[in-house]
Amino acid sequence: MKKTTRDHLITFGLVVVVYLIVQLLIATGNMSSLMQGLLVPMCTYSIVAIGLNLCVGYLGELSIGHAGFMCVGAFSGAVVSKLLSETVTNGILLFVIALAVGTLMAALCGFLIGIPVLRLRGDYLAIVTLAFGEIIKNIINVLYIGKDSQGFHFSLSNPIEIEEEGLWLINGAKGIAKITHLSSFTIGVVLILISLFVVYNLVNSRSGRAIMAIRDNRISAESVGINITKYKLMAFTISAAIAGAGGVLYAHNLSTVTATPANFGYNMSIMILVFVVLGGIGSFRGSIIAAVLLTLLPELLRGLSDYRMLIYSIVLIAMMLFNWSPRMKDFRAAHSLKGRFGKKTAKEAE
Amino acid sequence: MAVLEVKNLGISFGGLRAVDGFNVSIEKGQLYGLIGPNGAGKTTIFNMLTGVYKPTDGTIFLDGVNITGRKTTEINKAGVARTFQNIRLFQELSVLDNVKVGLHNGHAYSTITGILRLPKYRRSERRMDARALELLKVFDLDGEAELLASNLPYGKQRKLEIARALATDPKLLLLDEPAAGMNPNETQELMKTIRFVRDNFDMTILLIEHDMKLVSGICEKLTVLNFGQVLAQGDTAAVLNDPEVIKAYLGE
Repeated sequence: MKKTTRDHLITFGLVVVVYLIVQLLIATGNMSSLMQGLLVPMCTYSIVAIGLNLCVGYLGELSIGHAGFMCVGAFSGAVVSKLLSETVTNGILLFVIALAVGTLMAALCGFLIGIPVLRLRGDYLAIVTLAFGEIIKNIINVLYIGKDSQGFHFSLSNPIEIEEEGLWLINGAKGIAKITHLSSFTIGVVLILISLFVVYNLVNSRSGRAIMAIRDNRISAESVGINITKYKLMAFTISAAIAGAGGVLYAHNLSTVTATPANFGYNMSIMILVFVVLGGIGSFRGSIIAAVLLTLLPELLRGLSDYRMLIYSIVLIAMMLFNWSPRMKDFRAAHSLKGRFGKKTAKEAE
Repeated sequence: MAVLEVKNLGISFGGLRAVDGFNVSIEKGQLYGLIGPNGAGKTTIFNMLTGVYKPTDGTIFLDGVNITGRKTTEINKAGVARTFQNIRLFQELSVLDNVKVGLHNGHAYSTITGILRLPKYRRSERRMDARALELLKVFDLDGEAELLASNLPYGKQRKLEIARALATDPKLLLLDEPAAGMNPNETQELMKTIRFVRDNFDMTILLIEHDMKLVSGICEKLTVLNFGQVLAQGDTAAVLNDPEVIKAYLGE
């Protein structure tokens, strides 16, 4: 078996094992309802972090607007499930439809925003993605969509009148209310597995190599006949689509979803970026682990009240050092279990 | 018919005329050298031939097709591959993957096929692996296929660049100072490899080089460039004995 294949299977296996353990804990009543409430958000953050890692680690472009794509996925998915909730009674089917629409809408946004944004590089690209993320959030905040016997009503910025028995789809800053609760931990884990499947297979295919070649050296990628624009847009679009899928999961876990700065603002984008950086840029498994740990941590530390954020930041710094400092890397290499007990490579054995 | 036919090629950067009135005609299977002092415009010509710069005037024909002013990607697809003076590998990819990126257009399958791992994915990847290893073997790099490109020693990085360029299945190979930074032994070996590539891949090669031993050893024809203009052109021996060339470049 190839090394990369084994590596991927370990990640899939880890996710499944954690899923089984959690299910066991729930079944035996060993998990508080507070913890159970965190399960779906954890899945959401993991998925969005996987999507962002594709953009940051493989395309090599720093995006701090992924909360915007998540927002698009959340709102378009929730609108669809609200519209169809009476015609489609099967919860899973309804969620799948919402997921498809939410993901596609996020992909479309990623594609359209990618066209101008990917012409920039480095800091400039990051700043513009930040701006687009905020623009998406603010547009949704002033968007009114309602449906009554007269058909659809739509307005930007001016509240509209709809008949009393009509259905509000998006009510401006009040967002979408009374969303059917369709998300579950199981669905979340399945979505994580699907996202992993997509990104792993993508980066190990011809297109993935092209994307990484562009990251490593644009000029020579061009010289061997790689279409730069196509593959940059492809990576960015897929990354946005995965963030959108996370958004759909997120929205269907809440009864009301609003586009507040706490939900879909740049804070969320930065938080996802923190997961990606701490987990290791380019490592999808790391993204998931960081997302899970850093979502758990504030809750575990709740008992310490005032010192909570202090410890959180110390843990962040410690993780950063552990993962990235050159000395720590040497230390880990020297003391790893693999190095002591595992097979030595031919070079070391010499 | 000539593989490469360049007529009256010229480029200006603002007021600076970097290359002026450059003509060359390279026959199939020829090993052609482009030499001259630093700043003479050699790499600029390479950049025009590969579409990095758009020529201000003149035309470039590849196998009778006008490729003047086309994009780099298009020109590569038409059949021109190159290496770079300062090595430009995909540092974070393995040696094998570097060559496989070169095989990108020759062994196409769609992104969806790749994500879903359809049978076509496996077939194409297998063929790509086999072809890439074959190319690496030519350059004696097959033992290092799994290494990161950035971990290769300097001389091997240069060879890997040539392997990657060959992977695009070009008609014309442009080598920009392939022997730069190599010791005499490595240069000797490189000369053998270049000849091997020409003979076995049926390749036409245009190279820039400062190492006169390599140039006189393998090039059949030469063009000497000075201040953007052609100083001398013709058979290697005749050009290297040209008093003008000796004065401007080789030294008396």
